[in-house]
Amino acid sequence: MSKTPVKLTVNGNPVEAEVEPRTLLIHFLREELGLTGPHIGCETSHCGACTVDMNGTSVKACTVFTVQANGADVLTVEGMAGADGSLHPLQEGFMAEHGLQCGYCTPGMILRAYRFLQENPNPSDEEIRWGISGNLCRCTGYQNIVKAIRYAADKMAAAGREAAE
Amino acid sequence: MTEIAPVKSIGEYVPMVDGPDKVSGRAKYTADFVDPGALAGRILRSPYSHAEDLQVDTSAAEAMPGVVAVVTGADCDKTFGVLPIAYTEYPLARDRVRYRGEPIAAVAAVDDATALEALKRIKVTAKELPAYYTIKDALAPEAILLHEDRPGNVERDVFFELGNVADGLAEADLVREETYNCAEVCQAQMEMHAALADYDPERDRMTVHASTQVPYYVHLMLARTLDMPKSKIRVVKPHIGGGFGCRTETLNVELIAGLLARKARGKVRLVVNREETFITHRGRPETEIRIKMGMTKDGRITGVDCETYQRGGAYGGYGIVTILYSGSLLYAIYDLHNVKYVGKRVLTNTPPCGAMRGHGTVNVRFAFESLMDEMAQELGLDPFAVRRANLLEAPTFTENDLMVNSYGLPECLDWIETASGWRDRRGKLQSPGPGKKKGLGMACSHYVSGASKPVNWTGEPHATVHLKLDFDGSIVVLTGAAEIGQGSSTILVQTVADVLGLDMSRVRIVASDSEVTPKDNGSYSSRVTFMVGNAALEAAERLKGVLVEAAARKLEARPEDIEVLGEVYRAGAQDTGLTFDEVVTEALRDTGTITVKGNYSTLPESRGGRKYRGAAIGGSMAYSYAAQVVEVTVDEETGEVAVDKVWVAHDCGKALNRLTVEGQIQGSVWMGMGQAMSEETGYYNGLMVTGNMLDYRVPTIQDSPPIETHIVESMDPHGPFGAKEAGEGSLSSFLPALTAAVADAIGIRFNDLPVTPDRVFAAIEKRERARAREAAKKGAA
Repeated sequence: MSKTPVKLTVNGNPVEAEVEPRTLLIHFLREELGLTGPHIGCETSHCGACTVDMNGTSVKACTVFTVQANGADVLTVEGMAGADGSLHPLQEGFMAEHGLQCGYCTPGMILRAYRFLQENPNPSDEEIRWGISGNLCRCTGYQNIVKAIRYAADKMAAAGREAAE
Repeated sequence: MTEIAPVKSIGEYVPMVDGPDKVSGRAKYTADFVDPGALAGRILRSPYSHAEDLQVDTSAAEAMPGVVAVVTGADCDKTFGVLPIAYTEYPLARDRVRYRGEPIAAVAAVDDATALEALKRIKVTAKELPAYYTIKDALAPEAILLHEDRPGNVERDVFFELGNVADGLAEADLVREETYNCAEVCQAQMEMHAALADYDPERDRMTVHASTQVPYYVHLMLARTLDMPKSKIRVVKPHIGGGFGCRTETLNVELIAGLLARKARGKVRLVVNREETFITHRGRPETEIRIKMGMTKDGRITGVDCETYQRGGAYGGYGIVTILYSGSLLYAIYDLHNVKYVGKRVLTNTPPCGAMRGHGTVNVRFAFESLMDEMAQELGLDPFAVRRANLLEAPTFTENDLMVNSYGLPECLDWIETASGWRDRRGKLQSPGPGKKKGLGMACSHYVSGASKPVNWTGEPHATVHLKLDFDGSIVVLTGAAEIGQGSSTILVQTVADVLGLDMSRVRIVASDSEVTPKDNGSYSSRVTFMVGNAALEAAERLKGVLVEAAARKLEARPEDIEVLGEVYRAGAQDTGLTFDEVVTEALRDTGTITVKGNYSTLPESRGGRKYRGAAIGGSMAYSYAAQVVEVTVDEETGEVAVDKVWVAHDCGKALNRLTVEGQIQGSVWMGMGQAMSEETGYYNGLMVTGNMLDYRVPTIQDSPPIETHIVESMDPHGPFGAKEAGEGSLSSFLPALTAAVADAIGIRFNDLPVTPDRVFAAIEKRERARAREAAKKGAA
């Protein structure tokens, strides 16, 4: 099959590759770039385990062709930590509040929550639930996921206030 | 100077030790081992529900460029299974297929697209046989047999009567009988099944990474089906994306990967898709239950007559154990004396069921608690009062010889009653809006802390843990216990660190790699904390003994005078003592790296009795207890039921890690909610029609209530630090508590699960029509 050149930025790094037009973004990330943090849970866009951030929007990478990501800025869970390796407040929150058990849905949850908290930095619990309702978890019953996102929202808000002072 | 004190982690809120890997994307699950050198595996599945004279022509597939190996039933004539008395499946069907989707052939090719194309070129013919999708059809006298050695299509018939049920029912003030039906459900764990098999042709060795809860069983079955010595096989369990019981037996996926890799003389990555994961199944069987109960007017149960039919699917699997659990665990929660149980595990042309969370207990607990609740209502008794009238007193042995030493159910009941405001709120909840009604319901449940008699009875201890202490002062826990997200690795690290008084950062863990770690039976029947925890406890105590001896030698003191303060060992408060590193250096002198071992075996008296065939099933060293109150709002206009809140109390003995225990309890309650309200597999002529994450309806975060969680610590005398089971026991009480809450809200009790909006709506309509008829009759009169 003929290949199409793509150029994109993934976790801040420029990436150039030639891909088959049918290659899904999730397969490109996992198999070509070795970014196996985003998982495949359903292949039908229902579970959200493959969620990544693309040009400032959450996308389910199992329903995006790599060619659609041409020119895009893509963020995966591997790009969440700071340059010094410090964890993002969401990563801290999912650990501290036990918002994960098996951890399979976690990278997708974190990426969706990352975008959601930019859409709504000060959400109610109900808004958090609505905001990540496209992501499934089979272990936690979700309560601690809400807490984990609340942890991050609070920490990020506090950091924002400090920066403003 | 700050006070030197041992570090304690047991009983605290401790984040999981593998958390950093899981939040960073570094945690590798089986499918994450992306290797350009690995071939892509794919499975061809049966288009027939039931057929014989299976002919598979693979010549066109084999001729395709890029196809490296094709395997069929002809490549393996060895059966596999989980119970040594029921090895009934072939990795790839031979001559006969018994369910739609059963593997027939598999291909390893240079890439996935080639493998998929090759599947299309395999020609399959067969002579179709009558297929049975329901218990009734499979049991019909004219039905042909799925397996020649299973007369009547019954995998196992169970019968016992302990005490005298007729006498018991005669003593009762009220006798009632009801039937219940629970739809088939499945685990729907987030990670699809995967295996990476790597065959080394020079050494004739096989390494398999598999998404399993039971690496040891996979090891045994790989050896059997590949006809290779066990010593030539290595099984590694990477991170696992949930199990809930669907991976507590060897799956055909792992064995097919092994067969492909050997034939290809290389490495094969076999990741099955979501639909195939559903078809591989091993979920909870559809269950029909008839139960008759006698009760005195003060709520005491005088007799129980229970009949249970399970639609087990096409192969044995755990079926014999499941149908036995359903009977044996009628006991060990209430004080029962006259009990009759008839169980039939039926073989049907549907995917095989397995040992789903709460194995064997969930559906009978739903039926039992529902009937108890309904009879309490008829007798004018409070649901709590009827439970309290039947409590056990520990320590005791039940009538079927189950050993109960700790029993926190009374405290669970007290807490949920108070926390939910039951006495003040029940029957007094205001309607939140037009057409909406609220209700409260409650129920109890329990579960084993590990099956006391293992599936493979080898004479070995139930669990073995190794600890390695080396020059660097780090301790490595080597365990076969399969971390599947439940937190077993964290519990074991805590146990070792706590005994030695060390910060957990001193302790690392290597879990489930047969090349390095001692054998473990696996993560099922909630056995790991109890059994492997006890083995880790013994190992840590031994290591502490070695270190104390070394410190005594160095300090020229008696070992009994050595005070262990974690990072400091000293002989009395006046002594400045030795640092941990100094003690380690002394301990390694002349002997080198230290390894110690801890074992655990269950007590013979915990292994169930002999009063009926199969009475060992249900035997456990300890039982967890749970009770919960569920609050619902029912919309009578749409039939929708919303769970507003759950209050749950769970007696897990000592909670070794309160954070992960609470997580397990919440996850259990929530999984019970899925079964009660929305989850249900569906088939059309044997074709699974719910094999995706939309049609198999697991609750979303929007459907999920706040769950207020309370831990009761009854302190089991045999548990590690007093601990018992935490990850299964609170599941089943959700089901009857939900239907009781719905009954409280709208006066209709649902005996069939799941309670979906269409069922609720139909029941309300039926009631309204009946009311209208009554009114018309009265009007006419």
